[in-house]
Amino acid sequence: MLTDRRTFLKALAGAGVATALGLPDLALADVPLLRGYPDQYGVLVDTTVCIGCRRCEWACKEWNKLPNQQPFQSYESDRSVFRSIRRTHADTFTVVNRFTNPRDASRPIYVKRQCMHCYEPGCASSCFVKAFTKRPVGAVTYDASLCVGCRYCLAACPFDMPAYQYNDPWTPEVTKCTFCFDRISKEGGVPACVESCPVETMTFGKRTDLIELAHKKIGDAPGRYVKHVYGEKEVGGTSWLYLSAVPFNMIGFRTDLGETPIPTLSKPFLSLVAPVFIAIPALAMGFYSFKKRRDNLEKEEVRKALERKEGK
Amino acid sequence: MDAAATVAEFKPTWIQEKLFLGMNFQDYFKSNLTPFNAVATAILAVGIPVILYRIIYGLGPSTNLSDNNPWGIWIGFDMLCGVALAAGGFVIGTAVHLLGMKEYSFLFRPAVLTGFLGYLFAIIALTFDLGRYYRIPYPMVVSWGVNSVLFLVAWHVALYLSCQFVEWCPAIWEWLNLKKLRKVFVKLTLAATIFGVCLSMLHQSALGSIFLLMPEKLHPLWYSEYIPLFFFMSAIAGGLAMTIIESMASHRIFAHQIKDHNPGQLDRVTLGLGKATSVTLFAYFFMKLVGLAHGNTWSYLDSGYGYLYLFEVIGFVLIPALGLMYAIQNKRVSMVRGWAIVVVVGIILNRLDHSIIAFNWHLPWEYRYVPHWMEVMLTVTIVTIGILTFRWIMNRMPILYDHPDFEPEEH
Repeated sequence: MLTDRRTFLKALAGAGVATALGLPDLALADVPLLRGYPDQYGVLVDTTVCIGCRRCEWACKEWNKLPNQQPFQSYESDRSVFRSIRRTHADTFTVVNRFTNPRDASRPIYVKRQCMHCYEPGCASSCFVKAFTKRPVGAVTYDASLCVGCRYCLAACPFDMPAYQYNDPWTPEVTKCTFCFDRISKEGGVPACVESCPVETMTFGKRTDLIELAHKKIGDAPGRYVKHVYGEKEVGGTSWLYLSAVPFNMIGFRTDLGETPIPTLSKPFLSLVAPVFIAIPALAMGFYSFKKRRDNLEKEEVRKALERKEGK
Repeated sequence: MDAAATVAEFKPTWIQEKLFLGMNFQDYFKSNLTPFNAVATAILAVGIPVILYRIIYGLGPSTNLSDNNPWGIWIGFDMLCGVALAAGGFVIGTAVHLLGMKEYSFLFRPAVLTGFLGYLFAIIALTFDLGRYYRIPYPMVVSWGVNSVLFLVAWHVALYLSCQFVEWCPAIWEWLNLKKLRKVFVKLTLAATIFGVCLSMLHQSALGSIFLLMPEKLHPLWYSEYIPLFFFMSAIAGGLAMTIIESMASHRIFAHQIKDHNPGQLDRVTLGLGKATSVTLFAYFFMKLVGLAHGNTWSYLDSGYGYLYLFEVIGFVLIPALGLMYAIQNKRVSMVRGWAIVVVVGIILNRLDHSIIAFNWHLPWEYRYVPHWMEVMLTVTIVTIGILTFRWIMNRMPILYDHPDFEPEEH
C-alpha cells in the first residue's frame, strides 16, 4: 500500500516536472528503447525463389493507396522496367529489380527491396522532431504530422529507402514502407506484399524464428545459398532479412555497411553537449577574472606612479 | 541666398533623420542611384520571382534535388558556409571580452553584425530548403528529437542568433537614443559572449557531426570521427579570415564615418588576425593529418578524390598558413588580406566537398547532383539581400565609430 502510494507520488512528481518543462510524456528517456524489441516481427526474403512477377509492387500500391497505380496484369507483363535498377520513390514503397545470374544466365535473379526496418534506425536518430518510431512489432513508422521536411532521414538511411514528395509545394511528406503496421498490429495479420506473393518468396514471422529458419535453409542446402543472412547483423540488424545464391554485392546490396548501428555514430558527439556547457563557462569566467585582475593591477600601477610623481 | 537660408533651416524629421540619412525623400532616392544598386536591383528582379516560384510550385520544379541527393547548395553553401564564415563574431567576442585584447575591440561590433546577419540569412535560406518551412519552430515547441544532431543545431543556431542580437543591441539603442535600454544590454554582453562561446563550439562542430551518420555516403577521406573538430577549427579560421576581409571592405567603403580615421591601426590589427589565422590553419592542417592516420585512408590519396582532397588541404590550408606566416614576418598587410580571401575560398570548398562533391561518391555520374539555375539564383539573391541589409545598418548605426553621445562600452 505504502509502496504503491510512493510509486504513485513519484509518477505524479515526474509527470509534473515533465509537464512543467513541456516534455511530451517524458520523451527524453527514449534512448534505450531504440534497442531491439525481442518479439518483433520480420520477413525473410529468399531471392532464389522470386520469379519477378511484381505482384508485391501492385499489392503495396493497392494497400497504401499510392498514386500511379497500374492495372494488375501490366505489372507482370511489363518487363521493360527491369532494364535499369530502380529505387523507391514518393509513389513507390517497394521495387523488384533484376540482376544477371553469374551461375546461370538464363535464370536472372529478382530482388524485392523496401525499407529494412532497422533495429536501431538511422532515420529515427537523424530526425529532429522524432517523426520516426521503432514499434515493438518491428515496424519503423513515420508521423507526417510532425515532419518539417529537412530530409536528413533520406541522407541518413544506409539503404537509401525513404523518398520525398518533392512535387508537393505545400504539404510534402517523406514516404517509405510501413511494414503494413496497421495489418501486422492485428492478430494474424501479414504485410500486403507477403500475402500477394504466389511463390512464397517471403516468410513473415518472429524475427528470432526467421534467423533460425534462414540458417537452417543455408545448412540444408549449402550449394544453394551463400553463407550470409543479409540483415542479421548489418547496421546492428534489420527486421527484413535476405538469402541469396550469389554474394550480396552482386544483387544490389551494400556489403560495406558494417555492423555498427547508425545512431551509435553520433552518440559520442552528443554526449559532449553537457560537458561543454559546464566546463566552458567555468573556463571563460576564469579567463575573464584573470583579465579583470590584470586590468586592476595596471590601474593600481598607474595610480601609484602618479602619486609618486606628485609626491616629488 | 534664399536657397541657402532654407538649407540652414532644414530640420530633418525623425523619419528623415533615422531612415533617409538626414535627407528628404527625393535626395535620398537620388543618392541611391548608383551602379552597385543597379546590379542589386537586377539580381532581385530575377531572384524574387524565383523565390515565389519555389514557394508556389515546390522543390521539385525549382531544384535538382532527388531522393538520392536530398541536400543541395542551399544546405551545402548557404547553411554550412554561411554559418562557418559567420564565426568571426564569436572569435572576436572571445578575444575582446574574455581575453581582454583591447586593441581588437573596435572590430567587435562589425564582427557581431556580420555574424548576426550571416546566421540570419543562413536560416532564411534554409527555410526555402525545408519542405514545410512553416513548421520551423517544431523542434523547439512541438516535438523534441533529442537523439538528432540536427536538433542540437536547430536549438543552438536559434539561441546563438539571440545571443548575437543581444551583443548587437547596444548599437541599435544608441541609434534610437535609448540610454537606459542600452545600459541594460551592455551589461548583458559578457553573459551573451560566454553563452555564445559554448553554443558556437557545439553547433559549429555539430554541423560537421551531421555527416557522422553517413559513413557509407561520404568519401572516406572526408568522413572521420574527427569531423566535429575539423568543422570547429576550420570555422575559427574562416571567421578570422572573414573578419580581415570585412574590416578591410568596411573601412574603405565607410571610411567617412570614422573620425580621425587611422588606417595604421587597422593594419596592425589585421597582422594580428592574420597571425591567429595562420596558427589555426597549421593546427587544423596537422589535425587533418591525424585524421588520415586515424582512419588509415592514405591509400585513397592516389585517386581522383584524393587529388581533390590534397588540393583542398594543401592548396587552401597549408599554403595559406605558410603564406600568412611570410606576410606577417614581412609586415605585408595587403598580402595578409589576399591570403584571407584564399582561406575563405578554402572553407567554401571544404563545406561543398562534404555536402556535395564527395557526398554520394559511390553513385554513377548520372545520379549525382548538379544545382539547378534557380537554386544558384536564390542563393545569390539571399546573399545580395544580406549585403544590402549590412549596408543599410552600417549607414545608420554606430558600428564602426563610437557614438559621440555615449561612453564607450566597459567590461
